[in-house]
Amino acid sequence: MKMKKSNVLLIFAAAAMLISCSGKKSSNTEKIQGAGATFPLPYYTMAFKTYQDSTKTEVTYGGIGSGGGIRSLKDKVVDFAASDAFLSDEEMRSMPAVIHIPTCMGAVVLAYNLKGVSDLKLTGEIIADIYLGKITNWNDQRISSINPGVKLPNLKIVPAYRSDGSGTTFVFSDYLTKVSKDWASKVGAGKSLKWPTGIAAKGNPGVAGIISQTSGSIGYVGSEYAFAQNIAYAQLQNPAGKFIKPTLASISAAADAELPADTRTMITNSSNSKAYPISCFTWLILYKDQDYSNRSESQAKATMQLIDWMLSPAAQSLTTKVNYAPLPASVIENAKKQLSSINFGGKALHK
Amino acid sequence: MTKNVLFKSLLFAASFIVLLICGGIVYALVSGSWEAFSQFGVFQFIFSSDWDPTIGNEHYGALSFIVGTLFTSFLALALCIPFSLPVSLFIGEYFKGKKIANFIGSVIDLLAGIPSIVYGLWGFYTFRGLMVDLHLSSEGFGILTSSVVLAIMIIPYATSLSAEFFKMVPNDLKEGAFSLGATQYDVIRKVSFPMTSSGVFASYILALGRALGETMAVTMLIGNTNLLPTSLTDTGNTMASIIANQFGEADGLKLSSLIAIGLLLFVITAIINLIGRFIMKKFAPTK
Repeated sequence: MKMKKSNVLLIFAAAAMLISCSGKKSSNTEKIQGAGATFPLPYYTMAFKTYQDSTKTEVTYGGIGSGGGIRSLKDKVVDFAASDAFLSDEEMRSMPAVIHIPTCMGAVVLAYNLKGVSDLKLTGEIIADIYLGKITNWNDQRISSINPGVKLPNLKIVPAYRSDGSGTTFVFSDYLTKVSKDWASKVGAGKSLKWPTGIAAKGNPGVAGIISQTSGSIGYVGSEYAFAQNIAYAQLQNPAGKFIKPTLASISAAADAELPADTRTMITNSSNSKAYPISCFTWLILYKDQDYSNRSESQAKATMQLIDWMLSPAAQSLTTKVNYAPLPASVIENAKKQLSSINFGGKALHK
Repeated sequence: MTKNVLFKSLLFAASFIVLLICGGIVYALVSGSWEAFSQFGVFQFIFSSDWDPTIGNEHYGALSFIVGTLFTSFLALALCIPFSLPVSLFIGEYFKGKKIANFIGSVIDLLAGIPSIVYGLWGFYTFRGLMVDLHLSSEGFGILTSSVVLAIMIIPYATSLSAEFFKMVPNDLKEGAFSLGATQYDVIRKVSFPMTSSGVFASYILALGRALGETMAVTMLIGNTNLLPTSLTDTGNTMASIIANQFGEADGLKLSSLIAIGLLLFVITAIINLIGRFIMKKFAPTK
């Protein structure tokens, strides 16, 4: 059967398209991929773009939640994971050795939607009881007693939380377990919890969306999300009894404590009187031995260079642009030590 | 001769591959959910409304999501029928073949073309506020809001298919009825409906199937609380939504539980389709 000319041309075109799609793009620059926490997403977006502009190395980052990032790292589909929750000892046993590199410090704020209320003070116990469903109305006596002069409406409180596995949840619940025995026994801390009440959304942006749209809602989000969307947030009472706003100074003050060498620690509810109670580190997690899944040494080197840059003054100075805090010098030193333990199949990796 | 054989074998090969894919999907679902079912027991898993991801005390049960899915989907169907039936009659019966019927049909098809996430966005920013203003819901999230948006999403499926069935009623049957003095209402009741009832029913089953699996629009409006919904204003969660929310980071037992929920959704959709088929056969017009 003789084929029509047009048919032959069509087949050639289709074949050509298929062949061109399947080939690997040949380029000299490596492409680095990361995934994880939405909490530091504003900072990472800015930092990675700056890095990309100056070194021409493409960096992509997917904000899929800390849990998603860790899972992606376990599945070895990303170069690094980002998480506000460091891996527990048990989690670390289920994976090949990893290192945690802190990148910045941030604050988890309690953002709320109350018309006409621009200043709100809350204590940890009140927040825990709100999320436990024990305090249900904004004009509750416990809230009004610490907010003299503020007109609190007769409005139902709608607590918002994360529907996905979240490092921000981990930090927030860690704080609540420290300030409320009830919370510690009933719910506890973790990336995913059995929340007694409220409504949930995916990612920091999802919770921020609920808060900005729902009157009477309150929720925990990374500070930048509250700032960027102009959502009011509360001052929290720290163990010293002071009501503190999350600022550069109050976040950094929370790190003023004995920190472990591998930097895996929570700095919530710090005893420092100037510290904001729900401050936290956020980490990038990567495998110590970079020789896995047919990775090339140049890919490992490129990843290491990016992480090293994140600890440099150039990157750290970007944190304040998004209202997060740079790492204290001692932590940077520890982090660099951690980073130098990265190897490629046992061979030390140098920049 | 050979062209025939070639054609036939291509058809058989394609059908066989589709069967293989379907079987492969079922196999993957079953093997993935094995861990959850063996840990919790099949019946325990299906009828337990406890979804506890606390480390050290993990317990997963699918009941809240099964109830959430069935609740929202059937409510969506109930809300869609009062709109889809009149419109399909409008297109297929009253203004059959006229320009206005084509126009309305195209607009309805546009509704079908709107991506689910856009429905979710519109629902979140516009419709939710409307629900609150109408005092139908306190914060706007919940079963009722998601059911209404779902209903809007499935109207095109129910309408266009049932309109086709109404169009297929032979004109001479209707003209015969008219000549005997029947009104349009009589004709619809006594001639069109009996002929098309199984087809119209099939279109509603199709719409229901669409509603059962809908993910993005529902997850943005339903509140994502993993508790058993007991009333229309409650928030809840559906099977598709919990999978979408937690799949990315789930591991081990939780992942297996999510796959088990996926398997249950597959089975429930299949059962509803089978029941639908059975009912259609029973009420099919006897020739």
